[in-house]
Amino acid sequence: MTGRLKMGRPAGGPPKMGQGEVGQGEVGQLAPGQPVLELAGVTKTYPGSPPVTALAGVDLRISPGDRLAVLGPSGSGKSTLLHILGTLERPSTGVTRVGGQDVSGLSDAELSALRGHRLGFVFQQFFLLDHLDAVGNVALGLLYRGGGARERRLAAQEALERVGLGHRLRHRPGELSGGERQRVAIARAVVGDAAVVLADEPTGNLDSATGAGIIALLTALARDGTAVVVITHDAGIAAAMQRRVQMRDGRIVREQP
Amino acid sequence: MTRAVDRPVTPAAAGAAAGAAVDTAVPRSRLRPADALRTGAGSLRSRSWRAALSALGIAIGIGAAVAVLGVSASSRAALLSELGAEGNLLTVSAGQDVTGAPAPLPAAAPGMIARVPPVQTVSAVGYVPGVLVRRTAAVPAVDSGGISVLATQTSLLHTLGGTVARGTFLNPATIHYPAVVLGAVAARTLGITRVPPGTLVDLGSQYFSVVGILRPVPLAPEIDEAALVGFPVADAQLGLGGHATEIYLRAQPDQVQAVASVLPFTANPALPEGVQVSQPSQVLAARAQARSALTGLFLALGGVAVGVGGIGIANIMVISVLERRAEIGLRRALGATRRQVAVQFLTESALLSALGGLGGVLLGTAATVGYAVSTGQAVVVPPEAAVGGLGVAIAVGVVAGVYPAVRAARLPPAEALRSIA
Repeated sequence: MTGRLKMGRPAGGPPKMGQGEVGQGEVGQLAPGQPVLELAGVTKTYPGSPPVTALAGVDLRISPGDRLAVLGPSGSGKSTLLHILGTLERPSTGVTRVGGQDVSGLSDAELSALRGHRLGFVFQQFFLLDHLDAVGNVALGLLYRGGGARERRLAAQEALERVGLGHRLRHRPGELSGGERQRVAIARAVVGDAAVVLADEPTGNLDSATGAGIIALLTALARDGTAVVVITHDAGIAAAMQRRVQMRDGRIVREQP
Repeated sequence: MTRAVDRPVTPAAAGAAAGAAVDTAVPRSRLRPADALRTGAGSLRSRSWRAALSALGIAIGIGAAVAVLGVSASSRAALLSELGAEGNLLTVSAGQDVTGAPAPLPAAAPGMIARVPPVQTVSAVGYVPGVLVRRTAAVPAVDSGGISVLATQTSLLHTLGGTVARGTFLNPATIHYPAVVLGAVAARTLGITRVPPGTLVDLGSQYFSVVGILRPVPLAPEIDEAALVGFPVADAQLGLGGHATEIYLRAQPDQVQAVASVLPFTANPALPEGVQVSQPSQVLAARAQARSALTGLFLALGGVAVGVGGIGIANIMVISVLERRAEIGLRRALGATRRQVAVQFLTESALLSALGGLGGVLLGTAATVGYAVSTGQAVVVPPEAAVGGLGVAIAVGVVAGVYPAVRAARLPPAEALRSIA
């Protein structure tokens, strides 16, 4: 077992598991113009009778610093798209590339490491742990990297200050407002310097003023070079994003820059 | 219809890309053992009532086991202190010769035995036959209760490790006078519980003053049922004739067997086969062994309780996995591998059970203390019972956690996250 795992492997070569060191095309090492996250011909079908096709062939490229809104009615495949972008699910066919690297050959453990280091998630329900304070919840974003507890808490504190919650460090989720909770979740998503933050209806449980604040925070993140993908019903939120894609029946039907 | 969505890289983005290029590899996900423990403990703390209740089964089982082991160890310790810790008490008694005729011990036997170097103390008693012990001469002979009269030396109590419950033992003065010390059973038979001056009993139609009552002497139960008088007065008034019928001695603990082997020749050189040597501590040890059969039964019952407790923990962990699907999904999104999720639930299960085990050890210790104090024994909780109990609890927790942990690990992250939405 090597201590550090290189995610990439030579371009075009077949996947070789257990290969310690690889030269080019590593995740996070981007050539100029290379997308940080890319779907090519992705379909996703869930077994059943009849089988449910959630994605029917999606191509999407997300570059560093992109602010992308994914719009669409319920059942149009937005959440599945986000899960596949986040490597939480594997496509039925097609390719997911993170940092130019096809991840279909990666093991579950390698995908987990990839998520922990490259991707940040924000959910509609926040998913904060009630028994941890804000710092503890944000530090969870670094838990699986193996760093020391003190460093994690320090980084978490900084991230909370960045999202404007420097005065709420020791508060538990139950003591925070909805907007504050989502800010904690955003801090957790960015504390590990994710290359892409994937947000699933981040304002769905918030009033519109609070939601606008959350979107402002997410778009501010994009200025740091972090790509932001937001799934939303809300056209107003989508308007704040630099790119908007419209989904219907598992396809991207329209992109408005 | 699908179409590729491509965009030129903005200068800012290119800069970010260049920054990202410094970090060329993604290290493996890692969860430190300390973090796994902290995570597990935090989860349990957040559901402390449930944790306490589900650990109760283990606590009761381990508690029962520790209590049983503690009580039997305390009893054994009490026994050992009765044995004089080393079990170095030997008795020499008059047996029979090859023809079956009585072979009395020579008068010189106690003195000869005292000269064997590893022998520490020696005391002789002489059975005085045909003497009835009654409260008064008015009590019919058939109701005398079978109390025997033994002539003793003042050192008897020291040799046997016995103690006086009331009054005093015989001393160099009272062995010459009609004074008697009653064994515990003898005193009860006679209905004598206290020894104010002037308490008299009838020994062979002569009144003797009761000067003391002994506590039970487990090593020499025959003393409990005896009325003890001094050799001189037994010779003078009861017609003993100075013969010892039984000799008690203590040898150096590591020399007990060696001393036992030379005792027949030392006590009665003329007729060594007419001497019986026994080690009362062995008899008591055998009795303690017999008692441990019951211990086994209670231990088995404790084991059953622990098993049931383990099932309870498995049950509560399965429920926990179902309830915490979102947390599992979140952790997977944050970089936890399947194995790390499994480790988290295993840790929780083991911690829960260890908590129960700890509670059980405390419970069992408390029960042991209660029992030992109420029976006047020394408190002994065998460390192996405490450590073993904790170990068993953790092992049960790990086993109970395997199935829930595997279920948690197998949960596909996307499904786990979707379940709440």
